[in-house]
Amino acid sequence: MTSVPGAPVLTMSFDIEGRNFKASGEASGRIKRTLEQVGLDWNVVRRAAVVLYEAEMNIVIHAHRGVLRAEISPQKVVIVADDEGPGIPDVSLAMKRGFSTAPAEIREMGFGAGLGLPNIEKHSDQMSIETEVGRGTKVVAVIMVPGGAPDVTPPGATQADAT
Amino acid sequence: MGQYFHSVTLDRDKCRGCTNCIKRCPTEAIRVREGKARIFEERCIDCGECIRACPNHAKSALTDRLERLSEFEYTVALPAPSFYGQFRRTSTPETVLRALLGVGFDDIFEVPVAASAVGYAVRTFMNQASRTRPLISSACPAVLRLIQVRFPALLDHIIPLESPMEVSAQLARKRAEAATGIPRERIGVFFVTPCAAKVTAVKQPVGRAKSAVDGAISMSEVYGAAVSHLKDAESGRRFQVALASGLGWGRAGGENAEIDQGELLAVDGIHNVITVLTEVEKGRLTDVDFLEAQACVGGCIGGPLVPENPFVARANIKAMADMVDSGNPRPPFGEDELAALYDSGVFTMVETIPPRPVLKLDEDVTRAMAKVERLEETLARLPNLDCGSCGSPTCRSLAEDIVRGLAFETDCLFKLRERVRDLAAEMKELAEKVPPSMDQPSGSERTPEVG
Repeated sequence: MTSVPGAPVLTMSFDIEGRNFKASGEASGRIKRTLEQVGLDWNVVRRAAVVLYEAEMNIVIHAHRGVLRAEISPQKVVIVADDEGPGIPDVSLAMKRGFSTAPAEIREMGFGAGLGLPNIEKHSDQMSIETEVGRGTKVVAVIMVPGGAPDVTPPGATQADAT
Repeated sequence: MGQYFHSVTLDRDKCRGCTNCIKRCPTEAIRVREGKARIFEERCIDCGECIRACPNHAKSALTDRLERLSEFEYTVALPAPSFYGQFRRTSTPETVLRALLGVGFDDIFEVPVAASAVGYAVRTFMNQASRTRPLISSACPAVLRLIQVRFPALLDHIIPLESPMEVSAQLARKRAEAATGIPRERIGVFFVTPCAAKVTAVKQPVGRAKSAVDGAISMSEVYGAAVSHLKDAESGRRFQVALASGLGWGRAGGENAEIDQGELLAVDGIHNVITVLTEVEKGRLTDVDFLEAQACVGGCIGGPLVPENPFVARANIKAMADMVDSGNPRPPFGEDELAALYDSGVFTMVETIPPRPVLKLDEDVTRAMAKVERLEETLARLPNLDCGSCGSPTCRSLAEDIVRGLAFETDCLFKLRERVRDLAAEMKELAEKVPPSMDQPSGSERTPEVG
C-alpha cells in the first residue's frame, strides 16, 4: 500500500506473537491511542479500534507470528495484518459470520467465534485478503476519514515522514 | 473558575508535591509543578481517586454545607442508598430516616425509592430499544465523565435515562409542592452525597441543562449530625420505606440485581471500569445487554465522602435489606404508576452527552501527526522508569507534556543528571587545556621545584 506522494503518513508497526494471549490487544491499544492523539474523527477511531483488535487477534489465534501495521494520514487509516501462518484455504467461507477454524481451547477463551474477518469487513471501507495455504495471510483494511483534508500537505505544515 | 466546575479541589498549603495522586489519576489529569499538585480542569472527572490517594489530605471535595438549609422555607433530604450502610445493624431504615430528619430537614425522599423506579425504566427501555449493546448505566457521574474524556466513541452506549438522584429530586419537589403549597423555588432539595462526582453532577450536570437538586451535602457531615439523633429516633414519624432492592444500589452489583433482565455485567473501581470499557471499545461484549459501571471500589459505599468502611457498610446494607424484606413491604409505586411515570418523561435524559476528547495533541491533524513522531522520539530517549519525579505520572505523559510545550526534557532527573555529567566531562576536558604560551613541549620532563 503506497500513499499519495507529498501527503504525510504516520506509520506504526508491531510484531505480534502467535498464541501470546497475555500481550494480545497491546499493539491495537497503542495504535488506537495514537489515533486519538492525532485527533481523527472519533467514529473513525472507533471503527479502527475494532479492525485493529480483530486483525491482531487473528494473528494471535491462527498464525505463528506476524506484523500489525497502521498507516495513518489525514485522509484515511490503512491497517495491515501480515502473518506467517497456515493461510486460509477458502476465503469466502472464512468471510461467513460464525465460521471459524479456531480450535476448541481458543473458543473456550471466548475467542474464535467466527466474527473476526466479517467484523473487519463491516468496520472498514475497503478490505482485501491475500493468502497462501501453508505460508500466511495478509489482510489490508482501509478506513476513510469523512471530510478528510485534501491529499496534499497544507503549506507550512511539518512533513511527518513514514518511519 | 474556568469552563468546568470541579468538586475536587486542592489545599495548596497541605500539598507536599509528592507523586501519590499523579500516579493514581485515571485520566492523567494531575501534574506536580513548583512543588504543588496542579489539576488539568478539562481532564478531571471528579472520581475522587486523588482524595483517597493523598497522604496529606490536601485533596478534598467542595460540597454544600448544612447551613444552606436556611436559604429555603422547606427542605427535603435525598439520602443516597449508601447512607443506610453507615448505620450498624441495630438500626432500622426508619430509625435512620428519623435521625436524618433530626438534622433539620422537613421531609425525606429516599433515593432508593427512585432507584427502584429507574430499574423499571431501564427494563422498559431495554425492551423497546434495539440499540448498540451493551447499554451503559448512567448512574455514576464519574463514569459518564470518564466516557466523555477517554471513550467518546462509547457515548451512544449510555442509556439515556436519568440517575436515581435526579429522578428523586424531581419527585421530591413535586410531592413537597403538593403537600405544602409552597412555591417550588422556596423548596430546597438536598442530596446526601457519598462522592465528589455527584456534587459536580449537581453543579454542572451532563444530559440536562440544570440539576433538579439544589445542593449536595457530604455524607460524612450529615452522618456526624445525624448520629446524635439516633437515640431519639426509636419511635416517631412513620415512613413507608424503600424496597430492599432499592437499598442495594448503594453497593456494587445492586443495580444489576434490581434490573434482573437480559445479560448483565457489573464493574466497580475506576481503573477496572477502564479495562471493561476498553473491551467494549474493541467490539467485544456485544452480547451484554447492560453494563453497571461504578467509579468507586465496592460501589457508592466506597465513595470518598463515605465515613464507614465500605466492607462494613456492605454488610450493614445487607442486614437492613433483610430487615425490610422480612416485613413484606408494599412497593412504593404500582406497575400503573411506574408506566405513567415513564410516559411523563421524568426518567428521560433530555440532552445528549457531548465528547470531551483531551488526548489530541493539536487541532490540526497534520501538525498532530508531526507531534506524535516527536513524542515517540522523545519517549525513546527517556528512561521509561515512570518514577514521576518530573511531576508527570509516566515517561510517556512527560513526552506528551514536552510536545505540548508544557515541560522540558531536562525535567527528567535522569536526563538532567546525564546533562550535568556531560557538562562536567566537558568542563574537565576544558580545564586540562592550557594556553599555547604556557604549554610544555610534548615529551619534555618537568622537574618539580623543591621549596
